[in-house]
Amino acid sequence: MNTIVITILSLSLIGSLAAIILYFVAQKFKVIEDPRIDQVDEVLPGANCGGCGFPGCRGFAEACVNSEELADLFCPVGGNDCMSDVASVLGKDAVSKDPEVAVIRCSGSPEHRSQTNFYDGAVSCTVAHNLYAGDTGCQYGCFGCGDCVVVCDFDAIYMNEETKLPVVIDDACTACNACVEECPRDIIELRRKNKKDRKIFVSCVSMDKGGIAKKACSVACIGCKACLKVCPHDAITVENFLAYIDPVACKLCRKCVVVCPTDSILEINFPARKIKVEKENSAEEAVIKK
Amino acid sequence: MKTFPKGGVHPPENKIASGAGIETFALPKSVVIPVAQHIGAPATVIVQKNDLVKVGQIIAQSSGFVSANIHSPVSGKVTKVDNFLDTSGYKRKAIAIEVEGDEWIDSIDQSEQLVTDISLSADEIVARTLEMGIVGLGGATFPSHVKLSIPKGKKAEVLLINGIECEPYLTSDHRMMLEKGEQVMVGVQILMKALGVDHAFIGIEKNKPDAIIHLTKLTADFPGIKVISLKVKYPQGGEKQLIKAIVDREVPSGGLPIDVGAVVHNVGTAFAVYEAVQKNKPLIERIVTITGKNVKKPANFRVRLGTPVADLVEACGGVPDNTGKIINGGPMMGKALANLDVPVTKGTSGLVLVPEPESRRKPVMNCIRCGKCTQVCPMGLEPYLLMTYAELKRFDDLERDQVLDCIECGSCSYTCPANRPLLDYIRLGKNNVSQIIRSRNKK
Repeated sequence: MNTIVITILSLSLIGSLAAIILYFVAQKFKVIEDPRIDQVDEVLPGANCGGCGFPGCRGFAEACVNSEELADLFCPVGGNDCMSDVASVLGKDAVSKDPEVAVIRCSGSPEHRSQTNFYDGAVSCTVAHNLYAGDTGCQYGCFGCGDCVVVCDFDAIYMNEETKLPVVIDDACTACNACVEECPRDIIELRRKNKKDRKIFVSCVSMDKGGIAKKACSVACIGCKACLKVCPHDAITVENFLAYIDPVACKLCRKCVVVCPTDSILEINFPARKIKVEKENSAEEAVIKK
Repeated sequence: MKTFPKGGVHPPENKIASGAGIETFALPKSVVIPVAQHIGAPATVIVQKNDLVKVGQIIAQSSGFVSANIHSPVSGKVTKVDNFLDTSGYKRKAIAIEVEGDEWIDSIDQSEQLVTDISLSADEIVARTLEMGIVGLGGATFPSHVKLSIPKGKKAEVLLINGIECEPYLTSDHRMMLEKGEQVMVGVQILMKALGVDHAFIGIEKNKPDAIIHLTKLTADFPGIKVISLKVKYPQGGEKQLIKAIVDREVPSGGLPIDVGAVVHNVGTAFAVYEAVQKNKPLIERIVTITGKNVKKPANFRVRLGTPVADLVEACGGVPDNTGKIINGGPMMGKALANLDVPVTKGTSGLVLVPEPESRRKPVMNCIRCGKCTQVCPMGLEPYLLMTYAELKRFDDLERDQVLDCIECGSCSYTCPANRPLLDYIRLGKNNVSQIIRSRNKK
């Protein structure tokens, strides 16, 4: 009985002593933190993906609180809704950005791009890219080792087994930019998200001259400028034998898709054309007239 | 018998072509000369399309201290200055020349006669190696004049000549020592004069007894040079390993051989220096070994730079059936060619045609922490850890663990029982770390 009492008494004594010491230590080393950081942190998605350029959501919250304006700060995962929440917490002006989505700018599946040699080194695009030009004739296209899949925190990319190319799941993609930075060949680009996830883009990054590009891959952009001539919105530029469609200027009219001789411009999520053949002919004529 | 103490492996030697004497390879129909065939800044092209060039004429000029001149190896007309495929499959700037006749510029002494009297002064020799575009012919192609220009406050005490050729299969240095022994000896004396040292060691592994005997005999006529026979162990041909093995000095981490008073040159470089100084001949040809288990006629060719490697393979009986890989360089450090339409460059020491079953990598398994890679690493690193850091992009840790000391010998990958691609990732980590350091120094 006695033993129990002594134990209880001594333990409570040690406990209260420790509590007192801890209290004073906590007072002495108190970290004064802006309470708004916690509030901002709460409205952020909490994905800690680093897409904003800061280490985790808390780092971003601190940056939001400490900066004068929110102009350079944007959470791609949360998007405009999240940023307006942040702005209302801080009483600053919200910035809105068009939602973006990652697109894979390479269509070089084995069917289009024949294999010239065999790679059996480490399964990593970065390693392969540092080592050599790739197992096809194209030195710009996708390696298919899937570094982008590994780096995606949102499971928004998977490898298509048939085409050996990565595929982005639009709904899951948060445009955090991780895959864009990871890809050693700069194939992935963030483009503006359109209604119904419609997309038109040049699915090629080859800067080879037309003949060489075409020989290596049947769906390569050969820099023929047919799309440039047909575009009514001046959205297309051709540099280094490679066409580029400006996602903001593009009005999704699909004229370029029809005239592309190598089918390197892709249209995605559009309804089927009603009278495809006729349209094609008329577009071709238009090119010839010009 | 001497060797370096730390790590090392014993890959099968397979020196199949060691009995094949050096043959002078026929002039090709056309050559392609890349402007970046040495370590350092690519040379600047100074010829244009349709220019007529002669053998030995300078066609691309060194563009910095660490860079090298490039001379035309053939006479003929420049047909193109454009991007051509290099050994890794990327397109790089190169000069294409169509061969017409074989006209040499007059200053080159084409005779085979041995010239032993060295008339140039030390500074003149260094200037000559720069002018003649001499680079290290062991494989790394580091411009030789840089190694010969001793930085202020340092002093060269000993010259080491690398006749190790520790890479399996390759035999070009071996044949060089046997057939051009006298010239190599004179070359070594020229290098000694340039560095102001009075003794030099030629290191040769004991698997080349004929070369050891031949060069030892010659040392009677060339005072100050001594032949050292070494135990066979890969990678003894690495600079730092060779210094440790012969003079027992250890190059500090991040340092250069000159920090311990040593300078290392390859026997091939010694020969090239001989030709440049005594014969006024720029670096326009080199010895290339074509070998492999199924190659009909393995050979050592003396080839003009720029010759398509496909021609060389054809001369050895063509690509044998069932060839899986053609490796540019030795099998330990070399790189498989992405195609055969590439030219011989200053760094092409050999081509190894590997049969299919041997050429494939085995499936990668998990690291079992056996520590074999740590045991064999000649630099005392921990490859398994470095690989993991590189995979996880922990570049700070890589730098702290001295990844830049890695000499990329591949002993770790060779020995790994789980077939892990250790060197691939370490190389990636090295690239990243050196980039980080460079950008930090800029700030």
